[in-house]
Amino acid sequence: MKRGYLGIDVGSVSTNVVVIDEEGEVLSHLYIRTQGQPIKAVKRGLKETAEKVDGKVEICGVGTTGSARHLTAVMVGADTVKNEITAHAVAASHEVPDAQTILEIGGQDSKIIILRNGVVTDFAMNTVCAAGTGSFLDQQAARLGIPIEKFGELALQSKTPVRIAGRCGVFAESDMIHKQQLGHNLEDIIAGLCEALVRNYLNNVGKGKEILPKVVFQGGVAANVGIRAAFEKALQTEIIVPRYFNVMGAIGAALLARDAVKKKGGTNFKGFDVVDIDYRASSFECKGCANRCEVIEIYQEDEVIARWGDRCGKWESIAM
Amino acid sequence: MKISFPYIGNGPIAFKYFIEELGHEAVVPPKPSKRTLSLGTQYAPEFACLPFKIILGTYIEVAEQGVDLIITSGGCGPCRAGLYGVLHQKILRDLGFKTRIMVLESVKRYPIRFLKNVHEVISPVGTSWVKFARKFWEGWEKLKALDETEQLSHEIRPYETVKGATTKVYNEALKLIDAARGLDEIRAAKEEARQKLLQVPRDPSRHPLKVGIVGEIYVVIEPFANLDLQVALGEMGVATARHMYLKQWLLDNTGNGEEKISKWARPYLNEMIGGHAIFSVGEAVMYAKQGFDGVVQLAPFSCMPEISVKGILEKISRDFDMPVLTVFLDELTGKAGLQTRLEAFVDLLWQKREKKAAARARELEVRAI
Repeated sequence: MKRGYLGIDVGSVSTNVVVIDEEGEVLSHLYIRTQGQPIKAVKRGLKETAEKVDGKVEICGVGTTGSARHLTAVMVGADTVKNEITAHAVAASHEVPDAQTILEIGGQDSKIIILRNGVVTDFAMNTVCAAGTGSFLDQQAARLGIPIEKFGELALQSKTPVRIAGRCGVFAESDMIHKQQLGHNLEDIIAGLCEALVRNYLNNVGKGKEILPKVVFQGGVAANVGIRAAFEKALQTEIIVPRYFNVMGAIGAALLARDAVKKKGGTNFKGFDVVDIDYRASSFECKGCANRCEVIEIYQEDEVIARWGDRCGKWESIAM
Repeated sequence: MKISFPYIGNGPIAFKYFIEELGHEAVVPPKPSKRTLSLGTQYAPEFACLPFKIILGTYIEVAEQGVDLIITSGGCGPCRAGLYGVLHQKILRDLGFKTRIMVLESVKRYPIRFLKNVHEVISPVGTSWVKFARKFWEGWEKLKALDETEQLSHEIRPYETVKGATTKVYNEALKLIDAARGLDEIRAAKEEARQKLLQVPRDPSRHPLKVGIVGEIYVVIEPFANLDLQVALGEMGVATARHMYLKQWLLDNTGNGEEKISKWARPYLNEMIGGHAIFSVGEAVMYAKQGFDGVVQLAPFSCMPEISVKGILEKISRDFDMPVLTVFLDELTGKAGLQTRLEAFVDLLWQKREKKAAARARELEVRAI
């Protein structure tokens, strides 16, 4: 049986599960919607992955990343738990070895990562605004009645993109409605929106960063050829979208797990059987002091297996 | 008189002591909480910054306890902090509270007004100017003890072998200093606090990263405002330092500290542009020259001086090859998002350090050949 490593990236919008081999080649990849239920999404992802690789690959390490990385880590018994910025950088420099800039736009966050000689030297992530991320594009596609997959292609058909105010998601929508009512056609409005979002991204997240080639564009939004074209136009450089652009975080997590397992010699992976175990999360407010921390409890069947969220560590460290 | 003050870091411990020793009843505000922030956000103008909102929330909470007077510091230069006292007073009055706010302006710039204010506080209880001066000195010693203990905790935490051990001891140490009365006791408490912290089980083989914290004073000092950033970094194995302690702020505002920092800030920023901008720039340069691994800038969302600083820090970061992370804070900032950014920043700093070490090793090898 082949040795493989599992990477799981649970984000706000999508849950991605990949299996890579010793060389980092992708053996299986999966992109499913989280739909606000991370536990369910992870289970589904693991189940489908197990069906694909069962009997062919032996899982020798697991890494998790994304906003639900800690939750997922206790569920599956992860060897590494890494933030999504590092995970994305690791994957990008693996797939495109001489990458110097990574543009990553996901469901609710967007980031820019600057690499020099394969090492992250700077990064930025949207802080107070999520205009222009995947969720907003989804919403606009739904409002205009076009499937999100067609969004980018339509943008490419535009001859004269309309200027849309892209600073704020809500105002961008008002502006688009206004332009529609003035009589602009759909392609021009969509192309205008793509340009506005790219402008907003470069002016906020990308502000002050030295964007050098090769520029890699990844995350779910990289599927949108309209946004990609808008980036090429704004940056006047080729934009590389890697083969597995929408599961790069998971690939990074798997690569990190591979390296970690090499160092420590074994894995904590609980096996694909975890899909049959009942996991639940609940929370309560600790009234021990003025901080009033919201403590999260993770149950495996009826047993608490992890707690977090408290600042003082009183709950985190209680023997399970 | 029932007197209270804003809640900032460990300041309340020293303020309480000082006010009680002067012969007044001190009302210690509750630690800022979600309720404080909700009250502040509800009654503040929407675009006021985070410190304005938290402080307003605190004022409402102490006004509810029937406080007569709130003593706070003023602000100078083109930053909204200068308007805080006046606007806070108006909002309290509109809400029907009788509590008065006294704003102590810079002693250096307005000595007469400062003396008048002090007279107003000490005369009703018959406290003499001599006693005032002595108690001020004791309060000052207490503040120094608190600040030095806090700094030591940030240096020790990255070495702790049990996560959270330093914080536990640190909280006990604060209680010791809180209980001390009079110069001798305060100094003894400071020493005891130091010894206690030094006894936290540590792993001396670690070489923690060193990160400097710069930014607007309130969000830098008050853990509630910055989501306990220094402790979070400490527990990730990072030793943090900051110039902005209450002790230092008083020194800078009464002595020549401001000029000293301004020198560091040149040529990046040659003017006071309000708030703590010149400090943020000067401190960042200072940390870079002292060989720190990185700098974190903390800024209230919409703070004009710190927005200017952000742009300047990008240049400093390039010139000194020192990574800088800017964090904007407002009432919506989530802990999870901050944690992600901090983890990534720490990863970046480690990678950078390892790369440097590898380059140095290669160089030595070449020389050996």
